[in-house]
Amino acid sequence: MTNEEIKLFIAALVPTAAFDESGEFLNIVIAPEELLPLMKDLRNNRELSFDYLFCLTCIDWKDHLMMVYHLLSKKHKHVIVIKAKITDVNDPKIETVSGIWKTANFHEREVYDLFGVQFLNHPDLRRLFLMDDWEGWPLRKNYVDENMIEI
Amino acid sequence: MSLLGEDIITEEGEFVINMGPQHPSTHGVLHLKIWLDGETIKRVQPHLGYIHRSIEKMSENLSYRNFIFATSRMDYLSAHINNEACALCVEKGLQIEATPRAQVIRILMAELTRLSSHQLWWGCTGLDLGAVTPFFYAFREREAVLAIMEETCGARLTMNYMVPGGVMYDLHPNFQKRVKEVMKQIKNNLHEYFEILTGNVIFENRTKGVGYISAEDAVSYGCTGPTARASGVSCDVRKWFPYEGYEKVQFEEILDTGGDCYARYMVRMREMLQSVSIIEQLIDNIPEGDFQAKTKNVIKLPKGEFYQRVETARGELGVFIVSDGAASPYRIKYRSPNFSNLSAIEHMAKGAKIGDLIAIMATLDLVIPDIDR
Repeated sequence: MTNEEIKLFIAALVPTAAFDESGEFLNIVIAPEELLPLMKDLRNNRELSFDYLFCLTCIDWKDHLMMVYHLLSKKHKHVIVIKAKITDVNDPKIETVSGIWKTANFHEREVYDLFGVQFLNHPDLRRLFLMDDWEGWPLRKNYVDENMIEI
Repeated sequence: MSLLGEDIITEEGEFVINMGPQHPSTHGVLHLKIWLDGETIKRVQPHLGYIHRSIEKMSENLSYRNFIFATSRMDYLSAHINNEACALCVEKGLQIEATPRAQVIRILMAELTRLSSHQLWWGCTGLDLGAVTPFFYAFREREAVLAIMEETCGARLTMNYMVPGGVMYDLHPNFQKRVKEVMKQIKNNLHEYFEILTGNVIFENRTKGVGYISAEDAVSYGCTGPTARASGVSCDVRKWFPYEGYEKVQFEEILDTGGDCYARYMVRMREMLQSVSIIEQLIDNIPEGDFQAKTKNVIKLPKGEFYQRVETARGELGVFIVSDGAASPYRIKYRSPNFSNLSAIEHMAKGAKIGDLIAIMATLDLVIPDIDR
């Protein structure tokens, strides 16, 4: 499918989706509540079949957190980027996609560890790199540690 | 949760042991917690973070020239290729390209890195599975490759040779001559690798049918590189999304359908020959000219997001830079190949014996600093 066809498909499913084509890939920004049903459709639709989640991460924009999902279809060789904007930075929550792509299990644990995003219905949400009793979320922009030195 | 795991035994007869972080076969500081029933593995849980240095956070305070060198310390066996990925990503943001000479130098260096990495892997795989001699055979050739690196880059492990726009210095005058000698040596000696290990009956029994993963699961777990190609998943970034002019070079994407440890072993062995072939095609065709394109002293990327992927010796490395227009990146994410490959270890090891786990880890070719970052 071309980007235009993917846009039409997603616009029909999620009318509130915002599209951005300024970068290398087609970016689609949605609300966190709409993530799970859309992702299921993207994975299972034969025309799209995004079977490979190659990058899952989060960006802290201070007033909101942006979850970023890079998807690729091995069959059709198209790439899209789904972004979910989480506005509540004090208690960020989003549905897990680890039931759709198994690789999301580890990637979401990493995001939880470093950004503090709660993934609802995640099978095993624990800290991945840091100690269990670590305080704070290191990749947040407001994180301070007494050992951090400004260069 | 306690390390000993007395609180997590759920069934009678179940036994929990900790493998690592200092176990020799983990090739670094990886800690696996294993649930056993007799000698059969019921569950494997990796515990990570023993070498977590937060390279992503560090990079947020480094300039676009400096952050590249931190990535040499991620997958230290593919240091060149990590640097290349970052340099390419910065170039994508600046909308420039490396000079033709630099592009060919980069391919040559990347393939030499792949050879040296696969040689180390081959030696260690033998060592893990009880064969000591392969280690010395592999290091004979690896040493020769590293000597070439040292001559041109001044370092043997963390080369820091790639910079935005090209490479840091020009090639050493001896480079072409020595590469040709080493390629001849590798081609002459590679049959020894197969004779000593590939056909060995103990080795075959320990790897054939062990650690199976299907093509569908490999994609779902995000496996890349030889791990996925051994299950028949085409995923070579050099073919799918060519960079640096890989589209002009003749080579084959090695695929196998076995999906087990032996298939992963064979894919890497056959990949070595492809790397030799790529180097031989290019070594006499290095274009003359500048080795570095002109860039500003202080690099500032325009506002936006840039994603670049390359094929390291272990799979697909993705560099995701988010820029807000400043002189250092706003956020960097490294999608490292080992991280995703490791997540499949429980799937591969379930139901196998504890000795098989060593074979699985050996053929996954894990480098722990790349997982922890």
